[in-house]
Amino acid sequence: MSATTTGRTSSAVAPKARGGGVLPWLALPALLAFVAFAVIPLIGVLLLSFTSWDTLGTIQLTGLESWQSVLSDPGLPHALWVTFLITALSWAVQTPASILIGVFLAGHQRYRELLAVLYFIPLLLSSAAIAITYKALLDPNFGLGAGLHIDLLTQDWLGEPGLALGVVIFVVSWQFIPFHSLLYQGGVRQIPRSLYEAAELDGAGRVRMFFNITLPQLKYTIITSSTLMIVGSLTFFDLIFVLTEGGPSDATRALALDMYKRGFQANLMGAACVIGVILVLVGLALALLLRRLGGRDPNASQLEGA
Amino acid sequence: MGLPLGAALAACGTSGPAPSGGGASGAAAGGNGGGGAKASYWFLSGPPGEAPRTAAVKRFNQANPNGQIDFNVIQNDAYKTKIKTAIGAGQAPTIIWGWGGGGLRSYVQAGQVEDLTSWFDQNAAVKDRLFPGAFGAATIDGKIYAMPCETVQPIVLFYNKKVFEKVGVQPPQSYGDILDLVKKFNAEGIAPFSLGGQSRWTNMMWLEFLFDRIGGSEVFQAVFDGEKDAWNNPASIEALTKMQELIKANGFIKGFSSITADSNADQALLYTGKAAMMLHGSWSYGIQQAQGGDFVSSGGLGFMNFPPIDGGKGDPSDTVGNPGQYLSISSKATPEQKEIAKKFFASGVLDEAEQKEWVGTGGVPIVNGSDKLFTGSKDAEFLNFIYGVSSKAKVFAQSWDQALSPTAAEVLLDNIAKLFQLSISPQQFATNMNAVIGK
Repeated sequence: MSATTTGRTSSAVAPKARGGGVLPWLALPALLAFVAFAVIPLIGVLLLSFTSWDTLGTIQLTGLESWQSVLSDPGLPHALWVTFLITALSWAVQTPASILIGVFLAGHQRYRELLAVLYFIPLLLSSAAIAITYKALLDPNFGLGAGLHIDLLTQDWLGEPGLALGVVIFVVSWQFIPFHSLLYQGGVRQIPRSLYEAAELDGAGRVRMFFNITLPQLKYTIITSSTLMIVGSLTFFDLIFVLTEGGPSDATRALALDMYKRGFQANLMGAACVIGVILVLVGLALALLLRRLGGRDPNASQLEGA
Repeated sequence: MGLPLGAALAACGTSGPAPSGGGASGAAAGGNGGGGAKASYWFLSGPPGEAPRTAAVKRFNQANPNGQIDFNVIQNDAYKTKIKTAIGAGQAPTIIWGWGGGGLRSYVQAGQVEDLTSWFDQNAAVKDRLFPGAFGAATIDGKIYAMPCETVQPIVLFYNKKVFEKVGVQPPQSYGDILDLVKKFNAEGIAPFSLGGQSRWTNMMWLEFLFDRIGGSEVFQAVFDGEKDAWNNPASIEALTKMQELIKANGFIKGFSSITADSNADQALLYTGKAAMMLHGSWSYGIQQAQGGDFVSSGGLGFMNFPPIDGGKGDPSDTVGNPGQYLSISSKATPEQKEIAKKFFASGVLDEAEQKEWVGTGGVPIVNGSDKLFTGSKDAEFLNFIYGVSSKAKVFAQSWDQALSPTAAEVLLDNIAKLFQLSISPQQFATNMNAVIGK
């Protein structure tokens, strides 16, 4: 409101000039919540990582002892590797599938809306419920394979290290592909029809249009969705915990699970906080990296020449 | 405004009633609103224990209008985390329900529970009527910090009599017989042993018996006492090697490492006849009875103590498991609350009515002579068996994961999972475990 009195002529610049107005105050609730529930606990975790605490007795300052014990534990590189595998593989499975489904859902085929609704169901279920259901279905003795006498399905799905990791990635993907499809559906709908019309006039086929128009136009949607996937799978916990408890032995023990086990089962809060700090650092680094991949100026036009 | 808010907070149960104020917990579960101080008590929900526990508190409250106990029932896995958090935050209930052993030791080291030694000296009758073996896990460095309660739960070798009949074999008399049976059952396409390996403590029960039967109870005792490199004992390596040999000989059901005990799938394998035998806690009897149709009532379930191993040093009467459950008193409670708790220990815990209720669930109360309550019970044969095993055991060892500190127990369970996955050798297991001895 007061901006009009400052004498600026360009209305496009005006929002930036309102620095002293009401807008910063609008950020206050979010900022307070962020400080109270993210920044302060984070500082607490950082401080606790320099202590030894069994959650019962007094907290003892032990300097770098927890860090040394975690960093020298062969369980850490293993957990990092498992986390990396889950992150990379679930990204590699989810992204192509989500893009294809998103493009399909953005079209105008028959029954599309019915399929879209059906397809959305996994997202409405809680991870724990999904994990319990899959665990029952995959049970080698009482599960789907044993019940229907299908040998191919009668595998030790959660008992073989490789298979268990595969199952985790499959279930994660099954749960989250609908969400990412939704992002891509929105992204595809934003692409101007004129681009396709021009391409059609030039004689481009459907496949060519997909690779030369749809995919490049989805660049920022891909970055957004990938950031969500990668940062999300770093902290993936509930589904793995219920499905495999990190097993067999430690084949699916990702960082978040390792942190929980150290903190709440082995009563080593200091060591658990070290892993928490490592998780935050890895997550931050990856998020920054993905922003970099998105180019310097995310507001630049993608429609030049259209 | 203050009253409904307080009531809502107390009822939602995310934070325990403050030990200092009886007022804040006025609307919680107990709720008869008598005058005077109130003690609080959290325990586990679900069958078979919830009903006898609840009834015992209600009877006590009826008899003591001026010293009531508020109780709060919590699901098993959630309880383990919740009680630790509450104790660490100084918000523990007056009466702390637990498993004794290493967990209790961590409370003692943090100065969070009352020393009950002198109270037991003054009230010898309370102590003398209970199984003497139940006090081991309540005793830390020579002092008693908990009141044993509820039932004794040794680990038992269960077998499916119908499957044994079909294959035409007899229950094993020695470990050699077990190895023979493994071959015979595998040839018939029946899994010799059911195992819920994802739960890890299920695997541990096997090691507990192999260690005891091969080397005697002193092998694990040395670990418990913190002797250096105790896991390197030749008997320990032999037991670990035998364990892996049994796994390699397909002694356990295919896919055991993804089966959980919590879902009772391991027990279902036994009563459906997919597996012939199972090593499990005595509480499994009640579960099979409830879920196995007429399997138990028609006499399909056989049970025995783990057989001896040829050339082993252990006493075949030895057993392992939970010698009891345990009640401690929070040192942060007020003197009035502590008095109520002690009164509950002396007059409420395992009174005649509670004993009967436990017997009704297929459990053996840890009271000397509780076997006289078994007559007429449809489970008398099993109850007498458990009473016999428990009272005649030369050594009733506590389950390893309960006896050790939570930190060492987690490393133990981890390495047991790897041992059963055959991803580490017996020597690697011993080396990994030696590193956490005394921690």
